[in-house]
Amino acid sequence: MFEKEKLESIRAATREYQERLEAQVKKRPERQASFATDSGIEIKTLYTPEDIADLDYERDLGFPGSYPFTRGVQPNMYRGRLWTMRQYAGFGTAEETNARFRYLLEQGQTGLSVAFDLPTQIGYDSDHPLARGEVGKVGVAIDSLEDMETLFEGIPLDKVSTSMTINSPAAILLAMYIAVAEKQGVTPDKLNGTIQNDILKEYIARGTYIFPPGPSMRLITDIFAYCSKNVPSWNTISISGYHIREAGSTAVQEVAFTLADGIAYVQAAIDAGLNVDDFAPRLSFFFNAHLNFFEEIAKFRAARRLWAKIMKERFGAKNPRSWMLRFHTQTAGCSLTAQQPMVNIMRTAFEALSAVLGGTQSLHTNSYDEALALPSDESVLIALRTQQVIGYEIGVTDTVDPLGGSYYIESLTNEIEEKAMAYIKKIDELGGAPEAIEFMQKEIKDSAYRYQMDIESGKKVVIGINKFQMEYEKPKNLLKVDPAVAERQTAKLRALKARRDNQKVKKVLSNLREAASTKENLMPLFIDAVKAYATLGEICDTLREVFGEYRQQIVF
Amino acid sequence: MSERPIRVLVAKPGLDGHDRGAKVIAQALRDAGMEVIYTGLRQTPEQIVEAALQEDVQVVGLSILSGAHMHLFPAVVEGLRAQGADDILVVGGGIIPDEDIPLLKEAGIAEIFGPGTPTTEIIRFIREEVAKRFPKGRENDGKD
Repeated sequence: MFEKEKLESIRAATREYQERLEAQVKKRPERQASFATDSGIEIKTLYTPEDIADLDYERDLGFPGSYPFTRGVQPNMYRGRLWTMRQYAGFGTAEETNARFRYLLEQGQTGLSVAFDLPTQIGYDSDHPLARGEVGKVGVAIDSLEDMETLFEGIPLDKVSTSMTINSPAAILLAMYIAVAEKQGVTPDKLNGTIQNDILKEYIARGTYIFPPGPSMRLITDIFAYCSKNVPSWNTISISGYHIREAGSTAVQEVAFTLADGIAYVQAAIDAGLNVDDFAPRLSFFFNAHLNFFEEIAKFRAARRLWAKIMKERFGAKNPRSWMLRFHTQTAGCSLTAQQPMVNIMRTAFEALSAVLGGTQSLHTNSYDEALALPSDESVLIALRTQQVIGYEIGVTDTVDPLGGSYYIESLTNEIEEKAMAYIKKIDELGGAPEAIEFMQKEIKDSAYRYQMDIESGKKVVIGINKFQMEYEKPKNLLKVDPAVAERQTAKLRALKARRDNQKVKKVLSNLREAASTKENLMPLFIDAVKAYATLGEICDTLREVFGEYRQQIVF
Repeated sequence: MSERPIRVLVAKPGLDGHDRGAKVIAQALRDAGMEVIYTGLRQTPEQIVEAALQEDVQVVGLSILSGAHMHLFPAVVEGLRAQGADDILVVGGGIIPDEDIPLLKEAGIAEIFGPGTPTTEIIRFIREEVAKRFPKGRENDGKD
């Protein structure tokens, strides 16, 4: 980046500076003996051109919208359109969640994001014994197409983009979405949105798996193949580092494990006979925005550059859209405190700012009361307003990648990329991500423990936990899910089963059972099944018979 | 207090997959010299009771973040009582609203540790309670 002679003179000047610095520190010691990012990357007092002497602008940064996309995926980024402000929401019944969705859209939210309850995520109907106490708790309960119709009542599906946090049964929920759209007169090619559909991180960190890895990967590649022909604007997967980070990983591990999962999906699809450029442009990513501000910004930039190289060099993708890492961000739930909860508004704002400076395509900001309960209407509004302040008031959206070229940011971007690549090599040696689940779990667990011990020793400051504690007022109006949800949902299910054409349900399920043991693409069968009002639990049970269930290895 | 280490079962009842806290606690208890068994995810109250008896533990630590604690925590205590193991100390953690805590304590959960609790506080509580409940140590309490 710099002329040789100039660098020489900077180097000499740096040495002089170092001497002055040492004298100063001797007189007045610094706040800490050493400084490091959350990933343990040592932070120097000062960064200069020397730290990025090897940086080649065109090779390593390039221009936004072009390979290797370090500076962003669009040529003008937020000068054209701001990121999609997308608050994750869902609780109780489809009626209640539908009301929250309409409220958020009225407040200027630009995309929907559906949270499903745990029984739905694990493929159990609301009347299943294991669903006891869980129905409608962490998201909306969906048992059949009937619930999905209610969920999107009055929301035109050709006008919104909808993200669904659903993994193991993603294909079935997508089938329901397609069926609801059809009833609204919207064809699949007009649909915009994302299914999370990332099973590997469920095994690694999030826990809502159903089937073993083999059949799970097959469901995923079935979705890739089906959507590339029929739902071309749909993001078929959201390869997620978010939950890996929430489980305790460092920023470097988040990048490394997420991209290693991405590599496994691309490889599986290629092995299933798909052409990389047919599906790769629809892959999307999902990252965490944590507190260590500059490391987070560098993380997003490093992930973008690394993925571009992987797609181009490792998989030989030719379409520039296949090289682009487009991502959603959510601020770090694990950084929120139950103590002095209003302080969480500030934490979330800085995290959100790092995601914007890192070039995110969409963003969820957490609500300040989320260490205590699901967010209330009031707290979720402040979270949305936080994004709007960043987008409209503080000027950070007026130029592309404003921190690009910063000695520190570029140096950190390089280091994160290098360290993540070393992890990916290690995972490759273990046979790829599906074989390295326990390795990744152990790495995450160790980082989580270190983080907790750093808080307990006071090395890491958390306001309200180990510094500046005080009596505080607990927020009122915490959202409480109506305990009658389970009964209402179960009654609705019973009525549906009595009303529908049960002969037809039997038929579609037996067709599905047959097809599941062949290599046939299952998406059309899921669409038939949901349209016949077969329930999510019935469909998943049919697959359980053929595929079996995953048993977790306990890493501890 | 017993010369043999305190034995603890750390369990995840319910369907939620958030086991960061459970694993951190498990490791902290182990580093504090206790013997710790971690059940893994999605354990029913019946499975937890069975594991507690089989492993002959003095303490069961339950972690849940999905909001199903009012159903699942008391079910574990009742299960232990039904097996005559009501001397086992049951504690819980996770996202538990304040107003639920007195109800859970009434149901027999000895203590609820919310977000931000230092592991040292949990360790201290367990040591004190176990010393009270099992004054002669684990092997002498007449159960196997």
